[in-house]
Amino acid sequence: MAASSTGLRYPSNKKTIYDRNINRTKTSELSRAAFAYLFVEMITYAQRRVTGIADLEKRLNTQGYPLGLRLLDLLLARTASSATTSPANLRPTRILPLLQFIHTTLWRHLFGRPADALERSAANAAEYMISDNDPLVNGYVSVPKEISQLNCAAFVAGVIEGVCEGAGFATDGVSAHWAEGAGGGEDMWPGKTIFLIRFREEVMEREEILGRAG
Amino acid sequence: MSYYFAIIGTKDNPLFEHEFGTSRQGGDGVARFREDARHMNQFIVHSSLDIVEEVQWGGGQMYLKHVDSFRNSHVFSFITGGNVKFMLLVAPDTHNASRASSASTARSSTYGQVSTYNPTAPSTEEPIRNFFIEVYDAWLKTIMSPFYQVNMPVKSPVFRGRVAGAAKKYL
Repeated sequence: MAASSTGLRYPSNKKTIYDRNINRTKTSELSRAAFAYLFVEMITYAQRRVTGIADLEKRLNTQGYPLGLRLLDLLLARTASSATTSPANLRPTRILPLLQFIHTTLWRHLFGRPADALERSAANAAEYMISDNDPLVNGYVSVPKEISQLNCAAFVAGVIEGVCEGAGFATDGVSAHWAEGAGGGEDMWPGKTIFLIRFREEVMEREEILGRAG
Repeated sequence: MSYYFAIIGTKDNPLFEHEFGTSRQGGDGVARFREDARHMNQFIVHSSLDIVEEVQWGGGQMYLKHVDSFRNSHVFSFITGGNVKFMLLVAPDTHNASRASSASTARSSTYGQVSTYNPTAPSTEEPIRNFFIEVYDAWLKTIMSPFYQVNMPVKSPVFRGRVAGAAKKYL
């Protein structure tokens, strides 16, 4: 290929992104220290010129969002290629499979274990909660007292939001909350975080129609 | 047979287009759309998007098989997890005249019968599935690029090469 005429520049090892293997996962574990350092830098970056906690969490959310869009397709493709019994590529079309995908597949990919709980809100049928007793992202984050509301797992909430919206499940936002006062387990797990997913009305409508169709 | 392949973003915006002909049965891989009907391909594919949106919530399959026909054109579709649609328009040759230039004239006679083209036959669906899956693989790599944002047109010549390669291999 005439690289000069197209203006295309190859990396020095002559391998473009298209020459890499999409399924190489064995050696892909990253150093936790490196991640913690990078994450701190991301928070610092997001913290510049913010007006409040909500604003900062919004920025962290925005940083995670594109990651969710990518991971959705990547993990769907990987599960399809590893399943020898059914080579069919499947997309989640209902809420429950989507949430299970997040709870299990996504969590295992990101943090090496499934999330700790998946619940539906008793108050609002369109709200679902995924809880993590000890989020990896918060491992080295100590929040100052004056902004104790802040939960930096808003970044992970952004990833979840990206997965949901990418799959065609519009949300009114996904947010990360400390479990304090929500009852149960906060003594044993001081860092317990609940991710609240609020699906839009049209998603619930579609879910109902699909449910009736069987 | 001539093919028109398009990748459609989540806002029904085209991200990538490619035209090619069959490489099977001595085909030379060049699309032979009639010049005056060529622009129709985009319209036909666009109108098929409505049907894709209807069937995409059915079984959760990514490969939606044959979704639509318009006159002599058949549209096949594949939808990714991120709601990006791959659309492939297939137009069997309408006249044997265009095949006369082909090297294998003996084969073209078995090939030219338009009425025998069956878009729902397994022998038609399988190669297209393989084509889509190979394109999907390249597509995944495209969206993994940190510089790629959702609904951005794909201009990479390497990606085009991959699509052309998959087309040559399977169609």
